[in-house]
Amino acid sequence: MKRTLSVLAAASVAVFTLVGCGGGGSGGPLGGASSAAPATPSGVIRVGSANFTESTLIAEIYAAALGAKGVKVERASLGSRETYFPALKDGSIDLIPDYTGTLLQYLDKSATQTSSEEVYAGLRKVIPAPLTVLDKAPGEDKDAVVVTKALAQRYNATSIADLAPHCGELVFGGPPEFQQRPDGIPGIQKTYNCAFKSYRSLDVGGPLTIKALTDNTVQAADVFTTDPSIEQQGLVALADPKNNFAAQNVVPVINSAKATDQVKQILNAVGAKLTTQTLIDLNGKLNAPDKPDPATVAKSWLGQNGLS
Amino acid sequence: MIWGWIPRNGALILGRLGEHVLLSLAPVLIGLVLAVPLGWLANRSRVARSILIPTAGVLYTIPSLVLFIVLPGILGTKILNPINVVVALAVYTVALLVRSVADALAAVPSMVVAAATAMGFRPTRRFVSVEFPLSVPVLIAGLRVATVSNISLVSIGAVIGLGGLGSLFTDGYQRNFLTEVITGIVLSVLLALLADAVLLTLGRLVTPWSRADASAGKSA
Amino acid sequence: MSIFGAVLAWLVDPSHWVGYAGIPTRLLEHLYYSGSALLVGIVIAVPLGALVGHTGRGGFFVVGFANGLRSLPDLGLLILLVLLVGIGLLPVVVALAVLAVPPLLAGTYAGVRNVDRSVVDAARGMGMRERDVLLRVELPNALPLLLGGLRAATLQVVATAAIAAYVSFGGFGRYIIDGLSVQDYPQMASGAILVAVLALIIEAALAGVQRAVVSPGLRAPSGRTRPPPELDTKLPHTPKADDRPAPEMAGVNPS
Repeated sequence: MKRTLSVLAAASVAVFTLVGCGGGGSGGPLGGASSAAPATPSGVIRVGSANFTESTLIAEIYAAALGAKGVKVERASLGSRETYFPALKDGSIDLIPDYTGTLLQYLDKSATQTSSEEVYAGLRKVIPAPLTVLDKAPGEDKDAVVVTKALAQRYNATSIADLAPHCGELVFGGPPEFQQRPDGIPGIQKTYNCAFKSYRSLDVGGPLTIKALTDNTVQAADVFTTDPSIEQQGLVALADPKNNFAAQNVVPVINSAKATDQVKQILNAVGAKLTTQTLIDLNGKLNAPDKPDPATVAKSWLGQNGLS
Repeated sequence: MIWGWIPRNGALILGRLGEHVLLSLAPVLIGLVLAVPLGWLANRSRVARSILIPTAGVLYTIPSLVLFIVLPGILGTKILNPINVVVALAVYTVALLVRSVADALAAVPSMVVAAATAMGFRPTRRFVSVEFPLSVPVLIAGLRVATVSNISLVSIGAVIGLGGLGSLFTDGYQRNFLTEVITGIVLSVLLALLADAVLLTLGRLVTPWSRADASAGKSA
Repeated sequence: MSIFGAVLAWLVDPSHWVGYAGIPTRLLEHLYYSGSALLVGIVIAVPLGALVGHTGRGGFFVVGFANGLRSLPDLGLLILLVLLVGIGLLPVVVALAVLAVPPLLAGTYAGVRNVDRSVVDAARGMGMRERDVLLRVELPNALPLLLGGLRAATLQVVATAAIAAYVSFGGFGRYIIDGLSVQDYPQMASGAILVAVLALIIEAALAGVQRAVVSPGLRAPSGRTRPPPELDTKLPHTPKADDRPAPEMAGVNPS
């Protein structure tokens, strides 16, 4: 036993010395996607997506639209914005669909714009080289504080402001990063003076979150406004009168080097047809029990809209 | 259970399976190659044994997920680098096998070793032709445990983004898709059982005297 | 600041020690999941192993069953249960208990099976009933291997409880998963280190318990200990001072 302890002590000293000297590298151990892929070869556009189905869907739409017109594409699946944005900047991926409001706040934590036009203008100013944003789509997918109908009725709440006095009794569920995002828990607290009892890290507005709401594991949750489950499961998205959640238009973020005129034209044409209702419908298709492949759903939508 | 999903995604499934096999097998081989000399050393020298065995015990106690996360900080690699997984699991395998090897070598009857020396075997040849083969059964037992453990541990790596069959679990979880998860579980279990059976057969093949004993015992 | 410095800074930050996301809360959650699962595992595995070891029948199936359970992937099982049952304590406890059963079962079975036959004979000769033979003779003699199995099971469960955080549970794994989602390596590494430290402390504590509980008569090596049943070898068994059972019960230490 004593020997084990002394070995452990010696090992710890050795380990910490090594750690002190080594490690670091570029971005440290969490280079995210950068390690998985070198910079893309010219002529090929690597389309990334985040860790939720809608992002995968839109990425597949972009990829299929580009591919249909002869542009070479590859796909890559990444994680949250904190994971994929560094990959965009260092060229591991070239293109990703994003949302104007949260992207602006990620790049500029002090941003206060909330309207669609203002947010987009602000975003264009702060997007770092070599990246650029193309046209924003009319379709929006915002975070929302969602509760069950029963709870909304109990507290007579139609907006987050109505819920504020009761927040301290409620458990909130959402993706892990929501706890730190400016419009997430900190924003809700600041804007509405609503501090939840505790936070439960679930998935990114996906089936787990919906289930947690309906079986009362959490009483309020971060769900996306284009999620068909809100209606299907009898949930209520509380209104956001003070605009804690800024406008969230879908927008392609692309490496300027790969943004040729042809590419820009294809992506803007696709974006023009991406309305909020379209997003809701396509999400509904993806949720079907036989779990169709997002690529298939993407291609058929493009075909129906004369974009392929 | 959506059976149609499986053939539709055959390429993806096979790709993940292949990644998984590589990520779980490489550490076992590396671990074995490292553990044999270390185990031999531990068996030979009391001092070596008193350092190696407790160290192995500590390293074995530290959960592999911890190694997946902490090793990059020490080695300066990225978490998602497959080398990271292989090193972490190799460390775990060595920690497990060193004790097996040391004990197996220690269990070789001293009479046999003495006879070999008397017959003129030099130490190296004696090790290779006599001591090591006699220790194989215990070694195989350790390898079986290490291999099955590694197969399960690689899938845990999916939690931090590593590939293999584990990504079938995490993807199935995110999409609320049971079929994908069940496919991953079945493949993982089959892989583990197959690896176990292969090692068991290998062990029997490499120790023909155990089969001879068995049949001699039956006819006696 | 070096990585080591950043991790250390995270660990000593006082704000990380309070509240529902603080280290003490997460520790209690982690222990709660682990403890519940171990309890379930013990309730299932120890009586089964003892019974099969005592009667000597069905040993093959018990060993096969334990090995089969070992091949189940932990993460997959956990996710499967959560998808089927939802987020509750049940999926976590069941998934972790499945991990705990094989070492406990193997340890109990091997321990009871390995009790010196002459001791058992003597007990029967003294007129003890079968139940007393099992409870008052075989189990105490089986303690070294049984406790070894408990140590292995505990280690497995504590290590794997960290991944319960992936399916939204608490425990130290929470720092790993949350840290990953916001690319906060110090948080991830801190979570990992906390799990490792917990595992080491518990392992040391159990080793102490084993030393305290096992009867002194059992600690001296007996010249007639048989190798455990999983050991498929024909080596004539030469007793050594630190006689250990087969690596199938990896982590099982009667020392």
